[in-house]
Amino acid sequence: MAFINLQNVTYKYPLTDAPALQNLNLQVNEGEFVAVIGPNGAGKSTLCYTLAGFVPHFFKGEITGTVEVAGNESSKSNLHEWVLNVGLAFQNPFNQISGAKYTVFEEIAFGLENIGVPREEMKTRVEDAMSMTGISNLADRSPYSLSGGQQQRVALTSILVMHPKVLVLDEPTSQMDPIGTREVFGVIRTLAEKGMTVIIVEHKVEWIAKFADKVVALHNGSVLLEGKPQEVLTSDLLTDKGFGISRYTSVARKAQELNIWKPSQLPVTLDEAVEGFKR
Amino acid sequence: MNIEISNLQFTYPSGVQALFGVSLNIAAGEQVAIVGQNGAGKTTLVKHLNGLLGPTSGYVRIGDWDTKENPVAKLARRVGYVFQNPDEQLFSKNVGTEVAFGPKNLGYPTEKVQDLVKDAMAMTELSDKTDTNPYDLSPTWRKMVAIASIIAMDTPVVIFDEPTTGQDAVNIARIANVIKVLRERGRTVITITHDIDFCAENFERVIAMSQGKVLLDGKANDILGQEEILATTFVDPPQLTRLGKRLGLEQTVRNQAEFLAALKK
Repeated sequence: MAFINLQNVTYKYPLTDAPALQNLNLQVNEGEFVAVIGPNGAGKSTLCYTLAGFVPHFFKGEITGTVEVAGNESSKSNLHEWVLNVGLAFQNPFNQISGAKYTVFEEIAFGLENIGVPREEMKTRVEDAMSMTGISNLADRSPYSLSGGQQQRVALTSILVMHPKVLVLDEPTSQMDPIGTREVFGVIRTLAEKGMTVIIVEHKVEWIAKFADKVVALHNGSVLLEGKPQEVLTSDLLTDKGFGISRYTSVARKAQELNIWKPSQLPVTLDEAVEGFKR
Repeated sequence: MNIEISNLQFTYPSGVQALFGVSLNIAAGEQVAIVGQNGAGKTTLVKHLNGLLGPTSGYVRIGDWDTKENPVAKLARRVGYVFQNPDEQLFSKNVGTEVAFGPKNLGYPTEKVQDLVKDAMAMTELSDKTDTNPYDLSPTWRKMVAIASIIAMDTPVVIFDEPTTGQDAVNIARIANVIKVLRERGRTVITITHDIDFCAENFERVIAMSQGKVLLDGKANDILGQEEILATTFVDPPQLTRLGKRLGLEQTVRNQAEFLAALKK
C-alpha cells in the first residue's frame, strides 16, 4: 500500500466549469522524493493543495475519487488533523507568512504555539530548523523586511519545524539566486534521506535530475508521464507542450539530428552532456 | 534616447545604503540585462530611471531630462516599467481598458490610443482577450496584460523586472518575442533577471551588479564566461556556456547556434 495514494481524483474549483484535476492517479512510497513538472495551468498547485488538504476542505468545490495519506482518507479527516501529517510551503511566501508576528523567530514558532508545544521544546525546534535552512541570522528581522528569496526560506522553515511526515513544496526556489537554490535542494535531500516523503513542484530540471527519485509530468490536470528523472525529462512527449526542458537536452537533441551526438540517451545535467559530447 | 547614470549613490530613508556610485551609459536601442544576487541593488537602480527613486547624490539623465528635475508622470513618456508582480500593476475591469489607460493618461488622441492598444495587444497575443477581466486570466496571461499596458505607452525605453519568474516555457518564448520586436523597433530594453539562460539568449550587453556597484559590464559573450567573478555575485554562467567551457571550446558560447557552430570546428 502506497504511503500517498490518489485514485481517479477529479476536482473543480467553485464557480468554474473546467476541472483543475482530471482522473488523476498518483502513488508515492514513504521516503520517496518526487518532483512534479508541468506548464502553467497543468494543475501543479492544485495537486499541492489536494495533498495538503486545502482542496477540498478550504477551497470547497467538487471532488471525486480518493486521496489517502498514511492510511487516512482526506474526505473523512479534518484539516487541523491533516496538517500534522502534511506540510505545504506555498509558491508565493507572501500568502503564507501569517502577518501576526513581528520577527522571523516568532513566525516560525507560530505553528508550534498553535498545537501547544512546550516552550523549551519550541525554542529548540525553531533554532534547529533555522540553522538547517541557514536563516539563524534573520531571527530578529521582520518577515516583511526580507527579500523574496529570504521569505521563501522562512516559509520553508516554518513548515519544517512542524516535523511533517510529508513535505509538499510549490516552487520553493522560484525567487532565489543559484546559490540559494543549491542550498535549499541540499536541505531537502537531507530530509528525504532521513525518511521524509517529499513532493516538490519545480521548473529547474537540472536540479530535479540530480535529486529526485521520480518525476511526474502533469498536463491538463492528469499525469502525462511518470518515471525515472532521466526518462521523463528527456521524453519527446514533453516538447511543444510548455514543459521546461534542460538546455542540455535540447542541444543534444539538435546535435543528434546533425549526427554530432552519438549516445542513445539524451542528457539532462551538465555532467551527462559533457560525457555524451566527448564520446 | 541615451541614458546617462553618473556616480549614482542612493540611501533608503531607513539608512540602508543600496547604491555606492554607479556610472553607466546606455545608448538608444541597446538591449541590456542586469544580473546579480538578491540585494545587489538591481531594482533600486532601475527605479531611478523612471523617477520612482531620486539619487542621494550623482545624477540620472534620460535623453536631456534629469530625472530629479522631472516628475514621474512626465518621465513616463520616456521610460516604461513592467513590474515583477503583475498584480501590483493591474486594476481595470477588462483587458482593453487596462491597456488603454497608459496612452490615454499621456494625453494621446483617441485614434492614436486605439492604434497603440491594438499593436500592444497583438504583440502580446492578447487580441482575443480585450473584454476579459484581467483577474479571470491565469497569472501567465496577467503577466502579458501587464507587459501590453506598458508597451502601449510607446516609450523609447522599456524596463522589465524579472519577466520570467513563474512563467512556463511557452510564455517565456512569448516574452522573448516581445523583446525581439522592441529591438527591431530600435527601443532600449533593460531587464533585471535571475534567469541567466534567458539573459544569454536575448541580450547583447550584460551588467553584473554586486553590493550596490557594477561588477562587470560588457558584451554578453565577454561577461557570461567569467565564471569566477560571476560566482562572487551568486550568478552561474548559462548552461551552454558552462558546457562549452567543460568541452574546451575556445570561444565563449551562449546559445544553441553558437554552441553547435563552435563544436563543429
